Amino acid sequence: MTSTLAIEATGLVKSFGKTRAVDGVDLAVQRGAVYGVLGPNGAGKTTTIRMLATLLRPDAGSAQVLGHDVVSEAHAVRGLVSLTGQLASVDDDLTGRENLILLGRLLGYPSKQARARADELLAAFGLEEAAGRLVKNFSGGMRRRLDLAASIVVTPQLMFLDEPTTGLDPRSRNQVWDIVRALAGLGTTVLLCTQYLDEADQLADRIAVIDRGKVIAEGTPSSLKASVGGGALRVRLLDPLQRDEAARLLGRALDSEPHLEADPAALTVRIDDPARAADAVAALSGAGLGLAGFSLAQPSLDEVFLALTGHPAEDDDTQEEAA
Amino acid sequence: MTPTPTPQAAKPQPQPAAGVTLNAALSSSARPPRPGALAAAKTFGWRGMLKIKHVPEQLIDATLTPVLFLVMFTYLFGGAITGSTGEYLQYILPGVLVQSVLFTSVYSGVALNTDMTKGVVDRFRSLPIWRAAPLVGAVIGDCVRFAIASTIVVLLGFALGFHADGGVAGVLAAMLLVIVFAFALSWVFTTLGLLLRSPSAVMNSGFMALFPLVFLSNTLIEPSTLPSALEAFVNVNPVSSLVTATRGLMGGDASAGDIGLVLAEAAILTAIFAPLTVRLYRAKS
Ligand SMILES: Nc1ncnc2c1ncn2[C@@H]1O[C@H](COP(=O)(O)OP(=O)(O)OP(=O)(O)O)[C@@H](O)[C@H]1O
Ligand SMILES: [Mg+2]
Repeated sequence: MTSTLAIEATGLVKSFGKTRAVDGVDLAVQRGAVYGVLGPNGAGKTTTIRMLATLLRPDAGSAQVLGHDVVSEAHAVRGLVSLTGQLASVDDDLTGRENLILLGRLLGYPSKQARARADELLAAFGLEEAAGRLVKNFSGGMRRRLDLAASIVVTPQLMFLDEPTTGLDPRSRNQVWDIVRALAGLGTTVLLCTQYLDEADQLADRIAVIDRGKVIAEGTPSSLKASVGGGALRVRLLDPLQRDEAARLLGRALDSEPHLEADPAALTVRIDDPARAADAVAALSGAGLGLAGFSLAQPSLDEVFLALTGHPAEDDDTQEEAA
Repeated sequence: MTPTPTPQAAKPQPQPAAGVTLNAALSSSARPPRPGALAAAKTFGWRGMLKIKHVPEQLIDATLTPVLFLVMFTYLFGGAITGSTGEYLQYILPGVLVQSVLFTSVYSGVALNTDMTKGVVDRFRSLPIWRAAPLVGAVIGDCVRFAIASTIVVLLGFALGFHADGGVAGVLAAMLLVIVFAFALSWVFTTLGLLLRSPSAVMNSGFMALFPLVFLSNTLIEPSTLPSALEAFVNVNPVSSLVTATRGLMGGDASAGDIGLVLAEAAILTAIFAPLTVRLYRAKS
């Protein structure tokens, strides 16, 4: 039973003083899956990951990672997993290359092989040019890529990723996503913490939504989104005077009340089924309304939370994480 | 999902994370046998040396003060205190050597405290290595720092006209003794580094603790010239015993008892504070 699960956690609890950071979390992650843990700031994502990665001892509950108990068999767990923490887990005062060599040596490669492995990873992650630069002079995206490279100096069976794209621009984010997909493609189990529904949707096979230290929903991305609704269609017209006409047409095509935005030429309609959005847009063109543009937006984390909990995602702590 | 094509999409971009190389890199990493405890510590020692190379400021800070001292005391006060600058240099050089290396050892605690605030420690702790390896390795790396600091002071001393009756062997033995003692003292500061909140708190309290020990010793003055209460403190101060032994080794008239005392002090410090550091480090979450 346990052998098919990469992570099996029951009733994990961790408090800091009066804060119950994690308050009875259960998780079951299949081997080879990408599992998303979605939650707002302060939900307890990092604390959960730290317990699973053997860095923090749970106050209560238990967890098995790849068949080993995270407390009593911590050393065995460490031999199978790798961690990319929320604060990039690389050494600022070393160069990119030195960081990877350091990791290679610590994992048991002889000096020459550690160097070869470092160069191979630098090439694969597009970091050759920056290899000799101190990491403190890296951009956020380069840092993240180096961090990921450091996590796969030896391919782990399970990888913990804590908000790998927070603070990255879209291009760097896509690079990180590609890396995660490649890793998953080769059979590594990935536990991914994120604040972005979009990210979990792109990468994860299953998602647990956590809020205030508790799992409040669990399922596939599509089931989760279905419980929230399909998102929104935003339309911007060439002629603001045609907005009322557009609202009427969209409302009829999508059975939903359009929302008129502050921008006099724009309006948004909630949709359940993205396929119908195409018909709605076609209806506007058919009626001779000129469009400046349209876009389909995923439901945001806020909307997920609103739908699941009845309250919007709250920031428990207002501090911003450094990128 | 906007229908307007984004301008970047048109021009080819370097695709670092793209397919082939990435997959090759991912699949070509068979797990080597785990390194032993010592190999891991040695690797962390190497990390410490890289830091000396990339961030030499700390070493410079810590050695600059004693160097200034040496020059200033020799020329400003030397004449007044002993009647000749040469004679005073002869007296204070071993003390300044001790002082310079001991102040450098505070940085062991500062560096550990800095490390703990960074994400990289999480990675070290998630590796299947001996848990104390980062600590032991760092302190071993610091010994290289001590060696550099002591070399600078000794070379400057020779340049100013210091002559060692103990010969090269005596000077090297003196440096080694100072390094051994600083290694032991480093553990006190790493303990402090794990107990205090910020790197600057570690630095301040480390220096505050060292100042009385270094200045109320026989580093700069003959204890017999002091009021009796002070003289008593100076005589039991472990820094005084270290300076005495160092002076003896450089001057070629060291007593085994003096050296033995220093080694015993170093052993006691290490025996108490090294395990304490390791314990605090492991408990830290
Ligand atoms: N070491 C600590 N000491 C005290 N409180 C802590 C500590 N670590 C976390 N907390 C608190 O526990 C709660 C959960 O924190 P955690 O870092 O797990 O959240 P998170 O979901 O990772 O949030 P974020 O998205 O901001 O990273 C927060 O209220 C946080 O302030
Ligand atoms: Mg977090």
